[in-house]
Amino acid sequence: MPDALALTPTRLILIAAFLLCGVVAPLAAPAYQTQLTELLLFIVFALAWDLVGGQMGYNSFGNVLFVGVGMYVCAIVQVGLFYNVGLYTEARGGGTEFIFDESQFLIGLAVGLPGAALVSALIAWLLGSLVLTMRGHYFAICTLGLGIAAGQVAAGIPWIGAGSGMLTPNPPDSLGDVGLLLYYLSLGLAVTCALTFAWLLSTRFGLALNAIRDDEDKAEAMGLNTHAAKVTAWVIAAAFLGVAGALYGNLVRFIDPINTAFAGATIGVWMILMALLGGRGTLLGPIVGAIVFQVTKELFWTYMLGWQRVALGVLIVLVAVFFPYGIVGFFRDRFKDKGRPAEEAP
Amino acid sequence: MIGNLQILIDAPALSLQLLIDGILVGAVFALAAYGLALVWGVTNVINVAQGEFVMLGGFITVFCADQGLPPLIAVPIAATALYVLGWVLFQLVIVHLVGRDMFNSVLATFGIAIVMQQLMAHVFGGADRIVESGLGSWFFLDGLIGIAKVKVVVFAACIALGMTLALFLARSRAGQAIRATAQEPRAASVLGIETRRVYALTFALNAAICGAAGALAAMAYTIHAYGGLAYTIRSFMIVVVAGLGNLAGVVWAALGLGVAENFAGFILGAQYQIAFVFGLLVAVLVFRNWRLKRKRLTLR
Repeated sequence: MPDALALTPTRLILIAAFLLCGVVAPLAAPAYQTQLTELLLFIVFALAWDLVGGQMGYNSFGNVLFVGVGMYVCAIVQVGLFYNVGLYTEARGGGTEFIFDESQFLIGLAVGLPGAALVSALIAWLLGSLVLTMRGHYFAICTLGLGIAAGQVAAGIPWIGAGSGMLTPNPPDSLGDVGLLLYYLSLGLAVTCALTFAWLLSTRFGLALNAIRDDEDKAEAMGLNTHAAKVTAWVIAAAFLGVAGALYGNLVRFIDPINTAFAGATIGVWMILMALLGGRGTLLGPIVGAIVFQVTKELFWTYMLGWQRVALGVLIVLVAVFFPYGIVGFFRDRFKDKGRPAEEAP
Repeated sequence: MIGNLQILIDAPALSLQLLIDGILVGAVFALAAYGLALVWGVTNVINVAQGEFVMLGGFITVFCADQGLPPLIAVPIAATALYVLGWVLFQLVIVHLVGRDMFNSVLATFGIAIVMQQLMAHVFGGADRIVESGLGSWFFLDGLIGIAKVKVVVFAACIALGMTLALFLARSRAGQAIRATAQEPRAASVLGIETRRVYALTFALNAAICGAAGALAAMAYTIHAYGGLAYTIRSFMIVVVAGLGNLAGVVWAALGLGVAENFAGFILGAQYQIAFVFGLLVAVLVFRNWRLKRKRLTLR
């Protein structure tokens, strides 16, 4: 794997071109700014899922847990630094009392984003030693349960708005286009995430993750501390998911506990779909998958209004059944005829 | 929460009421769990759409009641409709998942679950539905305990269905073929059993059981287009607690879950009842893991 990630000149040029596109895109196509921001966050979701699911072979169906935690933590910090959170949610975030000026909004975001990463990582660390010892079906269903349980619990806590949800702070008008700020924050996050993962996977740690995927018992027998590696990967993924969730919360502006924050049947399964569609267990795969998915989703939303979720469900089934190696895997099979991507690990 | 606990201690009759209601609802869980275990054992596929089959069965009862038909007629209709649906889904999707990586089967059936949820919400609306039976209740202990007659009917029907299925598996030729395939598919196919047909039969049979369970449940409990996942999780949890191939265990675990859920719903508040189910799943899996680990340590 390490040589597959080596920075050859062609690759450097490609990456630079990609980055340039990323920087220019919202200015070139301002109408699609929200969708582009969402796409960048989806890339982070897919990459973070793939670190644990594709590279390590632990197929989590509950990564949405960390997204939701990040979302709530960031919003709570953003509000809580300046106002009483309970009163804020009670007033539905509106009214004249809860105005955030420029510096308050920026400080809130500056503290909230690392806060989201920290809390998500902490929860991942606490859960890790309990959950990551399960395998196969048990891990999948357990994480699925965790994600949904979190949503149900959040929907029962009045302090954060209970079932009627929570609004993120209104950005002040003087700040100008906050969407653009969120876009560049998301771009920074996506680039950081991709580079961090590229580096991680080029180290011994990356090999350890792949070894766990291929045969965990053997890896352990050879003296690898599999538990530490698993928890580390899970925590890193959770931190990225937390920040991405925090930005996502600010993007959609309204946090519904079950349909936005801990949305197992939408974001939670979409991130798996993206990673799978692009190619599980590759670095490029989740990025490609997220781009293809976001375009598909927007097309569905435009042309199949009302039936888009049905169409996405069908897409999940089709990809899981007929296209499990993803786009990257498909091209690799076609042109190299060797070096199968990760799949069918026992 | 503490207050609710105090109420329970002060009024033992209320505890008895919760216990009875829990046992009665447990039979529905048992039937769905039995189906899940059957498919899991035979095809090694975890069907995440299990709960959606139950909900669809329930909506068929709602539909029949809306047409003015007696609700009990809906049970065979739901079972037949779901049998056909299960068979079609098997031929289209599940057949490709048998013998593959478990991840694909969980994801694909999750996709089926999402499609079914959305379609049910489109067709039947996103509201809670229940079919009024108009049977009334029996009252005991000076009216302190009320048992809805329809719940008893549902309980009895579920038990009868479960026993019929168990008898079918134990005695009939098809049942023998299913059990043989579960034990050793290669040997079974060498002996002339068409395993692919057995898989299809098993999956369709499971769908039919779920449909019947749902059709019955809709008469006593609310159903919801998005309520299926909780049934899937309950079924999975029951099978994990009981162990594959342990029918008596499934029944006991299901009744126990019904009782635990009812008490938790009362003590924690109804809004946390679903959270309790999912939390309990995590607890059960963690406990199972801890026990396995201890067993491994002693083996050493």
